[in-house]
Amino acid sequence: MSSPAPKSPELSDKSKKYDRQIRLWGEHGQTLLEAATVCLVNVTAVGCETAKGLVLPGIGGFTVADGSTVKEEDLGNNFFLDSSYLGKSKALACMQLLQELNPDVNGDYVEESADFLLANRPNFFDSFDLVIASNLNEQTLLLLAERLWELNVPLIYCRSLGMLGTIRLQIREHCIVEAHPDNRQFDLRLEHPFDALRDHLDSTEVTSKVPWLLVLHKYLNVWQKQQADGTQTPRNYKEKNQLKETIREEMKADEENYEEAIKAVNTAFGAGQVPKSLKAIFEDDACEQLNKKSNVFWIMAKALKHFVIHENEGHLPLPGVLPDMTANTDSYIALQHIYRQQALQDADQVYHKCQEYLKQLALPADSIDERSVRLICKEAAGLAVVRGTRIAEEYEKSSRLLPLVEDNELQGNLTAYNFALRAYERFLSECGNIPGECIVEQDIGRLKSIAAKMLSDLGMHATISDDVLHEICRYGGAELHAVSAFIGGCAAQEVIKIITKQYKPIDNTFIYNAITTESVTLKL
Amino acid sequence: MSVHSPNPGLILQSKRFHGLRNILEREGPFCKDGFAASPENLEFLQTKCQVLIIGAGGLGCELLKDLALMGFGNLHVIDMDTIELSNLNRQFLFRRTDIGASKAECAARFINARVPTCRVTPHFKKIQDFDESFYQQFHLVVCGLDSIVARRWINGMLLSMLRYEEDGTIDTSSIVPMIDGGTEGFKGNARVILPGFTACIECTLDLFPPQINYPLCTIANTPRLPEHCIEYVKIIQWEKQNPFAVPLDGDDPQHIGWVYERALERSNEFNITGVTYRLVQGVVKHIIPAVASTNAAIAAACALEIFKLATSCYDSMANYLNFNDLDGIYTYTYEAEKSENCLACSNTPQPLPIEDPNTTTLEDVIKLLCDSPRFQLKSPALTTVMKDGKRQTLYMSGVKSIEEATRKNLTQSLGELGLHDGQQLTVTDATSPTAMTLQLKYQSNEVEMV
Repeated sequence: MSSPAPKSPELSDKSKKYDRQIRLWGEHGQTLLEAATVCLVNVTAVGCETAKGLVLPGIGGFTVADGSTVKEEDLGNNFFLDSSYLGKSKALACMQLLQELNPDVNGDYVEESADFLLANRPNFFDSFDLVIASNLNEQTLLLLAERLWELNVPLIYCRSLGMLGTIRLQIREHCIVEAHPDNRQFDLRLEHPFDALRDHLDSTEVTSKVPWLLVLHKYLNVWQKQQADGTQTPRNYKEKNQLKETIREEMKADEENYEEAIKAVNTAFGAGQVPKSLKAIFEDDACEQLNKKSNVFWIMAKALKHFVIHENEGHLPLPGVLPDMTANTDSYIALQHIYRQQALQDADQVYHKCQEYLKQLALPADSIDERSVRLICKEAAGLAVVRGTRIAEEYEKSSRLLPLVEDNELQGNLTAYNFALRAYERFLSECGNIPGECIVEQDIGRLKSIAAKMLSDLGMHATISDDVLHEICRYGGAELHAVSAFIGGCAAQEVIKIITKQYKPIDNTFIYNAITTESVTLKL
Repeated sequence: MSVHSPNPGLILQSKRFHGLRNILEREGPFCKDGFAASPENLEFLQTKCQVLIIGAGGLGCELLKDLALMGFGNLHVIDMDTIELSNLNRQFLFRRTDIGASKAECAARFINARVPTCRVTPHFKKIQDFDESFYQQFHLVVCGLDSIVARRWINGMLLSMLRYEEDGTIDTSSIVPMIDGGTEGFKGNARVILPGFTACIECTLDLFPPQINYPLCTIANTPRLPEHCIEYVKIIQWEKQNPFAVPLDGDDPQHIGWVYERALERSNEFNITGVTYRLVQGVVKHIIPAVASTNAAIAAACALEIFKLATSCYDSMANYLNFNDLDGIYTYTYEAEKSENCLACSNTPQPLPIEDPNTTTLEDVIKLLCDSPRFQLKSPALTTVMKDGKRQTLYMSGVKSIEEATRKNLTQSLGELGLHDGQQLTVTDATSPTAMTLQLKYQSNEVEMV
């Protein structure tokens, strides 16, 4: 048999190479990634592993900053250094070996330390979309973090020491449209059918061939009439069971759509409301007070709010997505069409409001396109805004850290490790050597007094156990590759989340203990 | 055992091992009971410890790097696959010029060149190409596989290598721990299996997500989703029209192009939207999304467990880690429980309850073995020893002549086949290298006895 020459839109070479990840964050996420540039401060195994996780999926570019040269001890844990670079610039070496992973990515390097750059090239960090730093001493960390906060450049700071690792995200504000929740509830509006849906439901005969939605609607009406107090939807287990029974009584044989309707009673109601998180976004100053510099997210959020409150009786715009339901093709497609049309109509109203705001702000009309508005309407229930805190604030006496202490003890299994690692960094700044580099026992005492003073300066009445401090000193500064690979893998994904504006990043400190394979996220 | 330097002692003194030596040569408050801090730990990793890595894909590449840089000197890697363009977004030991080459060989070459203290031996083969004598040479086996059948097979192999004492306890020297990693998109898991002691792959078969199967009548008569249209072309239309006179090959762009066009036609006919080229590829090839970051995290978690087991420096994880970074970063470690009636690791014949031997056909039994969540076999072959002491094949689909000779048994009831209550069936399947024994347990007999 002859087949016409393939006229199908075969994917581009790039699209094929990145296929497995485009299935997660889409072509639009990939485009954002390919346009982004990051800076890697300090060449460490954890830094290089993070960079690897960005170079492979095709980040636009990366610049490595490090003023030191490759030594033999660097070769043991870092895959992106090798003996041919001994004595040469570490920044150059790791840039070249990382870039080799993906020719689509631009690599660059500067042979300068973070301290030098901060002191002498104040504008160096301006142009990056994000900065990744790792294993700094306390002084350098705080200087870098403050500079980046001022510049509004997000910072991912990683630590990897022995069996311990942490990731701290410092970001002023991060707005997420596509959070990709694991369990998404379908928004069906059965309890408040829009006009087109009501017409369709009222005019369609319920047979064994129609989607369960029509079955459920029919018997919801029956059930509603039985409620003396005018209840519209079953609110609890008992009421849900009543509705299920009502359907079951009318079921003739084992009609699949009736079975599915009974199952759906548990999940079909309640969507379309404004969740708490969205309410907070609507009430946010950034949403209330638009200005010329407003992020388009906030302009769209305000338009969304207007639509919900003034045009849609408090309901979200319809996402227009139906689950599959056993039915004949025509009746399912007809129902799907009604939901999709309404979703387009809702989004159109929001789009026009956006255009109105853009005009008021004297911003160009193409700042917001219809596609973005449709997306934000579809994802309205899951919108999220992360407001971060300064790293330096953790080093100031403030009430924020106090809840971490209860009964003179640091709360949570891993909290103590976070502060022990901070004490380690202060040790580096103050003593100029690495805890446990030579004699473990001697340094435990010094680390202990540094940790005690640090906690008391913060107003935290707690101590870190000798065992934890001993363990830290035992490492003698060792960075283990596998711990760095774990932290680097996680950190790379956090960077991708920030750049693609999809999925929720950590807020804000992730702590990992490879001894017990435990982790926790603290908001510091 | 391989020796990389004329003076291995000198290598161990090298500054590259500075960090690892702190961990392995110093006592610590959280170390495992009985851990002996000593230079011998690193020497063992460098010269004696042999680790087998199964799969040189997303996890395998990471595992090779992680173990090489955690001080391991002798690694073997098995993979039967060759490199494809879509691997390059995460399988970082491969380049565009390597497309078509063996994953195992290419990965081994890269590690051997980059990490002079590690020697990787590649095997461009299937796991089933090796027998017990091969697997016995390893101290630890780590899996980075995307196939459940392959995991089950290796699990069965390591279980079959267990030796039992006369009192039925396991000879601990025969245990080869299995560390297993798996990822899907932003989710992953890592687990430690001590064969015979902790939950094995078969004990927890229900942890694998069920495969999505669309009902045939939906695909044929009432399609609603783009996936239904694609499945129709894949399952029905391809057979019928046989456009290239060969079976459908998901890697052939011409084939995918043809399926795409036909699926699009069909979807237009039914007013269904959403058939895209990428979706067609995904459905035809059962593509699982994958990113570099999840692979890196899961492989690292596996490598850390291998390091703990090989050096005894810390207690190993008990025994199952779930990882998810869709929303923040979430990890959860729990102890998966060993199943007392596990087909693979209980070391006793497992009962197979039969409602009524006179109405249950052999085909029913085979269907049960394939469909029930407990067994999930692929194409089981059944033999048994009859009353006369002769071994008889009840059914086997793998060999054409035997299939033809035993096909008639399928429609017969167990009673008609002369199988009695308590009779043992020997079952072999692609999911295990060894046979398992099931014991028929007729429920109706129990009723009569009351």
